[in-house]
Amino acid sequence: MFSAAETEALRVSLVVATGSVLVSLPLAVGVAWLLVRGRFAGRTLLDAFVHLPLVLPPVVVGYLLLVLFGVRGPLGGWLHATFGIRLAFTTAGAALATAVMSFPLMVRAIRLSLEGVHPGLEEAACTLGAGPLDRFVSITLPLMAPGILAGAVTAFAAGLGEFGAVITFASNIPGETRTLPLALYTAIQSPDGDRAAARLAALSLGLGLAGLVGAEWLARRLRARLGP
Amino acid sequence: MFEAELAAERGSFALRARFAAPTPGVIALFGPSGAGKSTLVNAIAGLIPATGHVRLDGTTWLDSATGTCLPAQRRRIGYVFQDARLFPHLDVAGNLGYGERRAPPAPRIAVRDEIIALLGLGPLLARRVHALSGGERQRVALGRALLAQPRLLLLDEPLAAIDAARRGEVLPYLESLRDRFAIPMLYVSHQYEEVLRLATHVLLLAAGGVLASGTPSELSLDPRLRALVGGDLVGAVLEVEVGAVDPATGLSSVAVGQGRLRLPLAGARLGARLRLHVLARDVILATAPPQGLSVRNALEGTLAELVNEGPDEALAIVDVDGSRLIARITRAAVEELRLQPGRRVWTLVKAASLRGHVFTRATPREAGLAPP
Repeated sequence: MFSAAETEALRVSLVVATGSVLVSLPLAVGVAWLLVRGRFAGRTLLDAFVHLPLVLPPVVVGYLLLVLFGVRGPLGGWLHATFGIRLAFTTAGAALATAVMSFPLMVRAIRLSLEGVHPGLEEAACTLGAGPLDRFVSITLPLMAPGILAGAVTAFAAGLGEFGAVITFASNIPGETRTLPLALYTAIQSPDGDRAAARLAALSLGLGLAGLVGAEWLARRLRARLGP
Repeated sequence: MFEAELAAERGSFALRARFAAPTPGVIALFGPSGAGKSTLVNAIAGLIPATGHVRLDGTTWLDSATGTCLPAQRRRIGYVFQDARLFPHLDVAGNLGYGERRAPPAPRIAVRDEIIALLGLGPLLARRVHALSGGERQRVALGRALLAQPRLLLLDEPLAAIDAARRGEVLPYLESLRDRFAIPMLYVSHQYEEVLRLATHVLLLAAGGVLASGTPSELSLDPRLRALVGGDLVGAVLEVEVGAVDPATGLSSVAVGQGRLRLPLAGARLGARLRLHVLARDVILATAPPQGLSVRNALEGTLAELVNEGPDEALAIVDVDGSRLIARITRAAVEELRLQPGRRVWTLVKAASLRGHVFTRATPREAGLAPP
């Protein structure tokens, strides 16, 4: 039904989206916590910074990543020299670009769920002998679970389709960084790629739909467990 | 002994409270809304920043002078919040176990099975918390706080969020906790009746400060408390013991000074310790020993003080061999009977008027009173 190149693109897309979610999830939880519970001067600035990828053209994000994480960039150079890690033009780089682009979506969902956690419950845990980290792990995190899950699934679904930032930072290398949308783009560019393009588009549509429906179903189950 | 001297700021509200109260026992924090009751308990619990000192039986939780400030999670204060604050992702058993798991292994004052039995939590253990009624929630919150093996139990209006009809479901449990465990309790309330039922010591709070401190008996004579509880609840609080029980009439008698009061308490046990709230509006004064009246209770005493209340009424405070009673009478009666301090008077208390105003100082079972 699908050609080898198409399944390869699907595999790359899944790896990239999964990687991006795994990398950004802990950071998104931390940032959401700072934005909701933090009391510091630069909160508004941090909020704006987190949301930048939503308003910037993806190509600009890709370009900035290239400047920062390219082998000659300040961070990329250091990573390469110290750990031998190269991000630009690799699958890991594609995951990084995807993570940056979907970060605001993830933070928004997690933040919303944290705002719904009554701080009084953490106070109650505190009087019952739980220290700050203990409270976070035993009370806050489980109560945020629906939001974390929703954020992760939304970011994953969005990550499957990330195009501009990936092609700019990680290029369009088959089997490495050629995700579904990049494969679709390549198919459109080739003179006899009409059928392949249609199949890839249908695949993207199916994946996106499945992701959103799955997210809603999981969130409902979790909410039911937590009660009204 | 529980001692505290605390200063804390909440927005424009300033708390400046200082008190000492005996332990163990139930210390009631009584005052109008906005008096600073919750701010005070939160400062004691360490949930809001405060300066001063807090000491319980030799343990110091806060001492700004030496820079001691134990974080809330290490003060071991069982806090029962107005809104219960049960953890919605855990079932009842999970909530009960939360503090228990984090408490030091020994010594254990509150044992799980005993608490479950005492608070009637057995049938609730597997329930999710959002399926509980208001009264059930507070019982679970109480059990959760107790199983954390607290050194002090803070109860911040635990009955306020429960409708009046259901309060009776929780109050008897609080009484049995008071009598069963030697854990000092700080009970916040603006319901005078709850204070009378539970307290061994009362702190009167107003505008962020402690206005008065004393036993319920002492404070019942304090004009500042009278101003707060309002006309109909003004009355003397007497601590008495059941001296005789007459099964034929269903009356029990208690000694007040040289005299005695007969109360409609069927089946009360000899020696049971009771607290009576003798409402001022139910007390009649006579200047001669009464005769030919249906009232069974006449206590001879001396008029100690007359306090005018409004244009028409006065409160007469009568000393009966050291115990004091309050009678609300009209100014016209004061004139007619030429009442003045030092005068010999008889206070008449209708036995039936005491129904519902008798509280136990022991468990309901021991005093022979059925819980409501």
